[in-house]
Amino acid sequence: MTDLQANSSSSLDTEQDTVWEQEIAFIDSVPRWIAMTFVFLVFIGTWQLVTSFGLVSPIILPTPLETLKDMIFVGQNLATGGYMLGALWITIQEVIYGFALAIVIGFSLGVLVGETAFGEKAVMPYLVAIDTMPKVAFAPLFVAWLGFGIESKVALAAFIATFPIVVGTAAGLHAADENARMLFKTMGASRMQTLIKMKLPMGLPQIFTGLKIGAVGVMAGAITGEFLGGGKGFGELIRVAASQLNTPRVFSLILYLSVVGLALYLMVQWTQRKVVFWQKESVGSYDA
Amino acid sequence: MNTAAVQDYSGASTGAPVYELTHVSKTYARNQVVALQDVSLTLRKGSFTSVIGSSGCGKSTLLKIMAGLIPPSKGRVILQGEPVKGSRRDIGMMFQQATLFPWKTAVENIVLPIEIRDGKPAAKKALEKAYELLDIVGLKGFENVYPNELSGGMAQRASICRMLITEPAVLLLDEPFSALDELSRDMMNMELQRICREQDATAFLVTHSIQEAVILSDEIVVMKPRPGRIAEVIKVDLPRPRTLDMMTTPKFGEIVDQIRGMLDKGEDM
Repeated sequence: MTDLQANSSSSLDTEQDTVWEQEIAFIDSVPRWIAMTFVFLVFIGTWQLVTSFGLVSPIILPTPLETLKDMIFVGQNLATGGYMLGALWITIQEVIYGFALAIVIGFSLGVLVGETAFGEKAVMPYLVAIDTMPKVAFAPLFVAWLGFGIESKVALAAFIATFPIVVGTAAGLHAADENARMLFKTMGASRMQTLIKMKLPMGLPQIFTGLKIGAVGVMAGAITGEFLGGGKGFGELIRVAASQLNTPRVFSLILYLSVVGLALYLMVQWTQRKVVFWQKESVGSYDA
Repeated sequence: MNTAAVQDYSGASTGAPVYELTHVSKTYARNQVVALQDVSLTLRKGSFTSVIGSSGCGKSTLLKIMAGLIPPSKGRVILQGEPVKGSRRDIGMMFQQATLFPWKTAVENIVLPIEIRDGKPAAKKALEKAYELLDIVGLKGFENVYPNELSGGMAQRASICRMLITEPAVLLLDEPFSALDELSRDMMNMELQRICREQDATAFLVTHSIQEAVILSDEIVVMKPRPGRIAEVIKVDLPRPRTLDMMTTPKFGEIVDQIRGMLDKGEDM
């Protein structure tokens, strides 16, 4: 105590506030929009440099400007209801049907596996076994069974998207803690009541995590299905453009396709925010 | 000591038996561990009993058996003249965590036991009572707030209301305030005492805190582990209503020391 007093009276001005600035490194202090623009410009700049110095053949990598021109062309075709819009609509249908199917099957299996000891013992091992297989390899089978139409693509898309939904639902049903279970038991709740009024709402964050992973998978499934099984979708347009070495077209088609994928993902996320309104943080991440 | 308080205490010890446990034992089949051995216990109407003991002394098992959550391996559990086999409407339970459901508002959480047992229309009718209970525990104005916006202490107050909404004859309390800070904990204990007296409830508290047990209880059951059994039942003849400043009286200190001595011995075994 005396030490402190001696110190403060001799060397320090005790009247002054001890306000001081915490150091933040420059790289951490850059605003998000500047940082994002910067990365974008570096990307485009590198791309431009690589192409303008002729380091890569224009067939393999077109210039950014060429790609932009093609994007505008594709955009016009889509906006004016051209053949590309028809193709996009087919792919969108595959995605919607595939996702809906995956939700119904995935949720049902998830409840079976997560809620019943039978499901966990007898069904889960098989699901894990199938999940570890490269699911894309099943595409030729789906084509053989369901033909070259939209059905085989829907099947592959649903097949890929089902598993994360099963896992998410099962994990969600296990999320309820011991106290919540005991509480419901003391209230004399039936199994069905416990499932509907407690376990499912409690597990919604995990269920939505499964849905989001599924939403990404369903897109990949639909396009893979189109690559391998033909048809009239956007994947077919990409395949044709690639075979004609029309690389700018491939790029711009992928861009418009990613808009569809992003829209689906954001729809799931928006629904999650509305439904799981109490879950404030980590809504955007997988590890909910 | 004033005479009214003394009468209060003697009333609790001579009330009609509400809970009767006779030679209750629990052996877990999986590892043949004897969690509970030959426990006999009587809780009387309006009494407050605490059970205290080191971990593994079987107090949680005892509470679960009393609540009808798990069956005993041997012995009888009678509540209000009826054997306990499964969940009972006349039991109210509270845990260390408030366990309010985040998708329901405070009142919706409170009427949940009614909703589960009697359906939504009955729960709607019970809303009025839920409002009254919230008022009693000092949560007026928080009726339609979601649990996210409640502090730990407020959440536990709401869960007290949920426990009381079915007007249970006995309250089984599993370390209900041990997650709270000491100040809130003392306040909640006094609140609990008041509610128990007002509702003439029979309470059974599992706790780790000797002070908490002494300030609240008429009787303290001291348990020993391996196998879990009752070592001693201690009567607390402090006058009622209890106040926090009783914790500094010599009498209080004596009882605390007595129990601590027993628990230390239990630990050595």
